Amino acid sequence: MNASITPITMPKFGLAMTEGKLAGWMVRPGATVKAGDDLADIETSKITNAYESPAAGVLRRQVAQEGEMLAVGALIGVLADADTSDADIDAFIAQFNAEFSAGAAESADDTPPEPSVIDVKGRALRVLDIGHGDGDPIVLIHGFGGDIGNWLFNHAALASNRRVIAFDLPGHGGSGKDVGPGSLEFFSSVVVDLLDTLGIERAHLVAHSLGGGVALTTVKNAPSRVASLALLAPAGLGPDINMAFIDGFISADRQKTLIPVLSYLVHDKGLIGRKMADDVLRYKRLDGAVDALRQVAAANFADGHQTDNLRPVLESVPPTLVIWGKDDEILPSSHAAELPDAITVEILPDTGHMPQMEQSEEVNSKIRTFLAR
Amino acid sequence: MSKKSFRQAINEAMRLEMRRDPRVIIMGEDVAGGQGGTSGVVDAWGGVLGVTKGLYTEFGPERVLDTPITEASYIGAAAGAAATGLRPVAELMFVDFVGSCLDQIMNQTAKFRYMFGGKARTPLVIRAMFGAGFNAAAQHSQALYPLFTHIPGLKVVIPSSPYEAKGLLIEAIRDDDPVIFLEHKVMYDDEEEVPDEAYTIPFGEANLTREGDDVTIVAFGRMVKLANEAADKLERQGISCTVIDPRTTSPLDRDTILDCVADTGRLVIVDESSPRCNMAADISALVAEEAFDALKAPIRRVIPPHTPVPFASVLEALYLPDAAKIEAAVKAVMNHKVTEAA
Amino acid sequence: MQIARETLLRSYRAMRTIRDFEERLHVEFATGEIPGFVHLYCGEEASGVGVCANLTDNDTISSTHRGHGHCIAKGVEVSGMMAEIYGKSTGVCRGKGGSMHIADFSRGMLGANGIVGGGPPLMCGAALSHKTLKDGGIAVAFYGDGASNEGTTLESLNLATVWKLPVVFVVEDNGYGEATGSSFAVAGTQKDRAAGFGMPYLECDGSDFFAVYQTAGEAIAHARAGNGPIMLHVHLQRWYGHFEGDAMTYRAAGEVAEAKRDHDCLDLFRKKVTEAGLLEHAELDAIDEAVRDEIESSVVAAKAAPLPEPADLLADVYVRY
Ligand SMILES: Cc1ncc(C[n+]2csc(CCOP(=O)(O)OP(=O)(O)O)c2C)c(N)n1
Ligand SMILES: [Mg+2]
Repeated sequence: MNASITPITMPKFGLAMTEGKLAGWMVRPGATVKAGDDLADIETSKITNAYESPAAGVLRRQVAQEGEMLAVGALIGVLADADTSDADIDAFIAQFNAEFSAGAAESADDTPPEPSVIDVKGRALRVLDIGHGDGDPIVLIHGFGGDIGNWLFNHAALASNRRVIAFDLPGHGGSGKDVGPGSLEFFSSVVVDLLDTLGIERAHLVAHSLGGGVALTTVKNAPSRVASLALLAPAGLGPDINMAFIDGFISADRQKTLIPVLSYLVHDKGLIGRKMADDVLRYKRLDGAVDALRQVAAANFADGHQTDNLRPVLESVPPTLVIWGKDDEILPSSHAAELPDAITVEILPDTGHMPQMEQSEEVNSKIRTFLAR
Repeated sequence: MSKKSFRQAINEAMRLEMRRDPRVIIMGEDVAGGQGGTSGVVDAWGGVLGVTKGLYTEFGPERVLDTPITEASYIGAAAGAAATGLRPVAELMFVDFVGSCLDQIMNQTAKFRYMFGGKARTPLVIRAMFGAGFNAAAQHSQALYPLFTHIPGLKVVIPSSPYEAKGLLIEAIRDDDPVIFLEHKVMYDDEEEVPDEAYTIPFGEANLTREGDDVTIVAFGRMVKLANEAADKLERQGISCTVIDPRTTSPLDRDTILDCVADTGRLVIVDESSPRCNMAADISALVAEEAFDALKAPIRRVIPPHTPVPFASVLEALYLPDAAKIEAAVKAVMNHKVTEAA
Repeated sequence: MQIARETLLRSYRAMRTIRDFEERLHVEFATGEIPGFVHLYCGEEASGVGVCANLTDNDTISSTHRGHGHCIAKGVEVSGMMAEIYGKSTGVCRGKGGSMHIADFSRGMLGANGIVGGGPPLMCGAALSHKTLKDGGIAVAFYGDGASNEGTTLESLNLATVWKLPVVFVVEDNGYGEATGSSFAVAGTQKDRAAGFGMPYLECDGSDFFAVYQTAGEAIAHARAGNGPIMLHVHLQRWYGHFEGDAMTYRAAGEVAEAKRDHDCLDLFRKKVTEAGLLEHAELDAIDEAVRDEIESSVVAAKAAPLPEPADLLADVYVRY
């Protein structure tokens, strides 16, 4: 290797630097520099600093492009005298890079789609919008204390041939924490606002628990916007509600006290792990989250019973599917009794309040069949 | 929600609280940086490692105060201000510099409330970076949390990740007692998902970063990450660990530690601080006293030797706990054979 | 002023050694091979050298985080220093201290110091030893303008006066403590501070070796004569960042360039001694060359030197335990 070639490498500025960005070259290729001349601006997470040439020579190559992020020690340029041949420079770069990158192979990343927070008529809503297709899109509406994570096993499956939008209700997940009065009327108006904002004329609503009440209220107030309803253990069809769950969910502030509360949600108690509890706690720690839950509970379950009776709405609804877990400990599956004949009711055995998680494949296929009808 | 570094998470916690509460102020050496300089650029540093960067620009000189190099007087001033209506977040830069101002912390701040019969409230946060791993040598690498934990009246927080740092710092700022908030300097560029909003993580509540059946590992700060690395490896070898991050050493979540030891019967404690009278010793005493019968093997501590932190990399690596040492300690407690009394 | 030719040559060599040592570290640090913090003394060489040229190995000094210059000025071996900075077992502190903790007791060098304001109280103690043991030695506390605000420093000015100790307090005033200017951080003046303790005060331009040498000579003579402590305020400029990695955005464009152009202590020294006919250019050139070789071989040796042994970790915590 040619001794007159000096590699210019990503410098280490300060104690903590492991990588740096080449913010800009200060010398053009072919220019002659003295030791100590500024060669390039290097940016780190803290500072931008000029990198001075360690030697004299001609800047023969700018190996790194402006804006490139490189590890300390990586080759950013090559300094040599004017009569070193280009071939020698190329060979030098190839060898340097081969040696430097040995063992530092990067793994390809296939990151899942990320939700984003959008402005919906002045409210910040976290939305995960995936899938394409010809039919009306689906909007997924979660229940009390839930978020888009409740649709983890359903969202992508339903989106194989259709646009499917999940979002966090106000007060929930990553959405703004203002819940206004916290009523079904309020949440339903937000659903309509969301449809407006996304430019959706009509959507299938797939809704769970309190979200089912929101969907039914939306049918009541804006029937033209709803193509069909798939309701999973929906609120609004009877007075009963497990207040031990509601109160416990609001008050529990550690994994240990929360896990028994979350256990009400499922038939198979083994499903409730630390991770799930931790996700809920992370949400509940956000400023305003617990106040929002209190407000929603006060508006909807004030005296230990459900405030709204939405059975009358079912008299004239678009096509509707109701799915309920037989062993639901939050809203009893008996609320699915005596619904109008036009409504398809599926009661799933060995299933609690979260059929979309506990029986995800079955629920997905029932919804797909229902929509394909 | 977005990926944020430990540094950004801490910066954001201060920023959000300063927006929320005008009584929150920041002070310390070069927390802005550039005052009295010749270029006119203030906020030139934002702290030696850039953690308070941008706060001066947003909140101005009345709320972001650069101090002369006078720890005893500005830390004391922060305590005095806290006792009289402000909510200062004072930065001590390297925790080692506590040597220059310990009286104000130990004899003044910490004791106000008790000595004055419950009349004082001192909502002071002292932030400082700690820990070895950067070849910063004996006077810039110490993990002095046992020193503060030893002093009644102080709360002591050791965040183990960016998410933890933001929530714990907001909690610290809102807390009405003096809180020592210790940031491991090697972690500032660690990244993870952190909510954009304000949130709080309560003190005295340990976090289980994983649950297992065989061994309980208690670790602090950066050691939590190393404990999880070791636990990942052990998992592939059929040994499952619970890893407890106590989050705060004062208050200490004794219940969670005792519960987990009751479940696993084996305990390894990973503590970067000097070994005599450190957290590993403290927790060992707790478990020996309260959960002796649950133990299937002696407690193991993964701790540095009783020496100052050496400079040279080879020695510093030997000095520090690491994943391999943790793995070996876990295997040692797993392999312990109970000898029958003759 | 009469200065022995020998002293001139030794002082020039010491200043050149500091300059080359520091500039080499500046380059080597950027490669990522040097661990830890490094604070460079470039631009301030005449201060340490001008003061220490009036001292012997029997006198004691304390230094700061910016300590390489004081070490070299007090006669600490360059190769041992370089090896220390590289964390090698051949380092003056066996690789256990690093840049911020270089010490050599055989030279009366009680250590660079990672704690701002750490040195002045120690020098009260060293002076107490010299005074009590009547060994003729004195103590010099080097500290920065930033450190002049520490309680430990101000308390030491008082203690040294009360005990009438042979201490010279050398304030190396480079106008900055980290990124903060002394016009912001230092209330009043160093002169008035000295006066406040009833302590005599001298000052000088730190880019002029001869000014420092002479003024320090007076200060040291004062202390040696048993007249108690004295303050020497040296006005300086720092050429590099506070530590390696500092972009110095708080300093006006051109400030450092001007200092390098107009206040380079080595240039000024050369100009003076050659114009006065005290030394020849060729003699100075020869020193430059010898120093270049010395620094080069110290780096080569440091890189090749063995690492500390595992057993070193546990050694020397105590004399006996
Ligand atoms: C007790 C203490 N506080 C703060 C620091 C961090 N620190 C290191 S050097 C420095 C600036 C010192 O300024 P000055 O005394 O003027 O010396 P200079 O760096 O200008 O040589 C500071 C604040 C420290 N090392 N020790
Ligand atoms: Mg200074």
